[in-house]
Amino acid sequence: MALLDITGLSVGFQTHDGIVRAVQNVTLSLDQGETLGIVGESGSGKSQLSFAIMGLLARNGHASGSVRFDGQEILNAPPKVINRIRAEQIAMIFQDPMTSLNPYMRVADQMAEVLVLHKGMSKREAVAESVRMLDAVRIPDAKGRVRLYPHEFSGGMRQRVMIAMALLCRPRLLIADEPTTALDVTVQAQIMQLLADLRRDFGMAMILITHDLGVVAGSCERVAVMYGGRIRETGPVQPIFADPAHPYTQGLLDAIPRVDQPDEELRAIPGQPPNMSRPPSGCAFEPRCPYRRAECAAIDPPLEDFAPDRARACLAGLDELRDRRMRVEPRPDLVAAGDGAAETDLHAADLPEGAVAGAGAAGSTLSPRKETRP
Amino acid sequence: MSDLLSVRDLRVTFSLRRQGAMPWARPTLLHAVNGVEFTLRAGETLGIVGESGCGKSTLARALIGLVPASGQAEWIDGRDLLALTPRQMMAYRQDIQMVFQDPLASLNPRMNVGQIIAEPLVTHRPDLPRAEIRARVRAMMEKVGLLPNQINRYPHEFSGGQCQRIGIARALILEPKLVICDEPVSALDVSIQAQVINLLIRLQKEMGLSLIFIAHDLSVVKHVSDRVMVLYLGKVMELASAGALYASPQHPYTQALLSAVPVPDPTIEAARTIVPLKGDLPSPLNPPSGCVFRTRCPRAEARCAAEVPALAGGDHAVACHFPGPLTEAEIARAREVA
Repeated sequence: MALLDITGLSVGFQTHDGIVRAVQNVTLSLDQGETLGIVGESGSGKSQLSFAIMGLLARNGHASGSVRFDGQEILNAPPKVINRIRAEQIAMIFQDPMTSLNPYMRVADQMAEVLVLHKGMSKREAVAESVRMLDAVRIPDAKGRVRLYPHEFSGGMRQRVMIAMALLCRPRLLIADEPTTALDVTVQAQIMQLLADLRRDFGMAMILITHDLGVVAGSCERVAVMYGGRIRETGPVQPIFADPAHPYTQGLLDAIPRVDQPDEELRAIPGQPPNMSRPPSGCAFEPRCPYRRAECAAIDPPLEDFAPDRARACLAGLDELRDRRMRVEPRPDLVAAGDGAAETDLHAADLPEGAVAGAGAAGSTLSPRKETRP
Repeated sequence: MSDLLSVRDLRVTFSLRRQGAMPWARPTLLHAVNGVEFTLRAGETLGIVGESGCGKSTLARALIGLVPASGQAEWIDGRDLLALTPRQMMAYRQDIQMVFQDPLASLNPRMNVGQIIAEPLVTHRPDLPRAEIRARVRAMMEKVGLLPNQINRYPHEFSGGQCQRIGIARALILEPKLVICDEPVSALDVSIQAQVINLLIRLQKEMGLSLIFIAHDLSVVKHVSDRVMVLYLGKVMELASAGALYASPQHPYTQALLSAVPVPDPTIEAARTIVPLKGDLPSPLNPPSGCVFRTRCPRAEARCAAEVPALAGGDHAVACHFPGPLTEAEIARAREVA
């Protein structure tokens, strides 16, 4: 049986702009000890998906569908049930270690709190266990540093503290939401290595949420690519990178410059991501897609298996993608194709449904937040 | 080709007062940029990479006079930019413009796009009639891929990528010779990042710009730069053409940095050997003696602690006593320690 089984999960946010559909009908499963990467850009719904699993949605958010952990339904479970699962079975680490740690508490106190609360340990035992865990995440001189406050650690060390805290109760599933985005590459490499080692030692499953395809390639077994709140492609990591089956996946891979290859011009994806408070009627990627056809504006294709263990949601033929027979030759650095709808008129209210207005997307304060990498 | 800018021994020092220190106590000095030298040719892109805290942004700010600096920065006409008074610097600001990291925060939320892009013109070319300014702004908006009919909109109505286009338009409206881009694409999503990179490269060709391109993303820097400078704790570690630096990095730090960059290919990732750096970045308040990198270097010897290595080697300059590719034994040792 799978460790985590998500079926038909949707997340909506009630805003004064109407309902923002951040996640739509996501179905996923994760086995014991497996690593799944969820890739997507800002606003693709990847973080809200994980918040929904953990029951951490904002007050105006609503999740529907089913999330079963080890056979038990945990979606919208009462706090008593979900609180047991959180920390003891599923733990989460966040992008910004500074804002996720309590600045007023010594590391020892905030770590011990977890154990006292969940495992009923005494404070003394809990602190000793915390020191052992800080050792496990390779913080030098853990015994001395446990008395420090979070601001006395560097960014990489803070992220290690977060990881140590998440692992205190030996969870079976770790959800890492952009764990290395705020860190330098050398530190990122250390943290990813650490996560891989810990995963092996503790036999933990992991969901890694990131926008960085390089990180996914290095540490995941399976990948789900999200766009506009839905999974567009999923499968084992090797074939997805070697032979992407969705135009968006292909576009993403073409858009990243690489250190290991001689330069070519980057093929940027034209346009902007969709505004999820006015989702397009058809495929959300249609306005930016070089393989689009007439049907795409009306039909949002479902996620369908096309090869063992691989699924995609696209109407374009696989051979078309493979041979790159694009129907539209975009000029990505000029006026974004998705802005076409905005060209005629400037008022967001007048936009036809599904128009990809850069304006609307950035203007609505309640749309999923922007990610900033320092 | 002549040098547009040649920088010699550039230093930026911040003086910090410890909290609760006695008023007569000497302030601690922080050397954010410590003796940087480079030249920039006309039409060239110089990439500057390094980890956070290495002084790359401070270096950029020093060049346009946003932070006081010592040393020399000789402009193409022979004047030293660092010796200019603020009034004299005004004239040079027309030729040197900057694009900032946070696209939204660097635009005034109370000004509309037309006003934002026109501001450098209004400041530096007060003689221009308003109609002319308006025409130039529209032309520039078109050039950077904004719709001229968006001229009356405000920054919050645009997405991050579009805001960055506005920032670029503002920097280019005076037709400068040099544009300093400080992490211009770091805050953008992958697909939008590629749009902005392509735009910068195209505009550079069209307008014959020189670029100083600062980023922490080594792949992006490789893609845009002709030459690349690697900074560590305010010092230049290596400076070479992008091709040479990425193909055969000589400084142990550059090698460690490059080995840490993830590659979007699972097969390569599985085979990648990372050269880990031990410990954390030392505090810039108390940098190591001799070579600043020696505390984390897999090759450090006694000499590294005693002598500061000079940046030497002409076209492929390295500041290291023992440059050259790390051997397998050294990499293995580094992995053991870390």
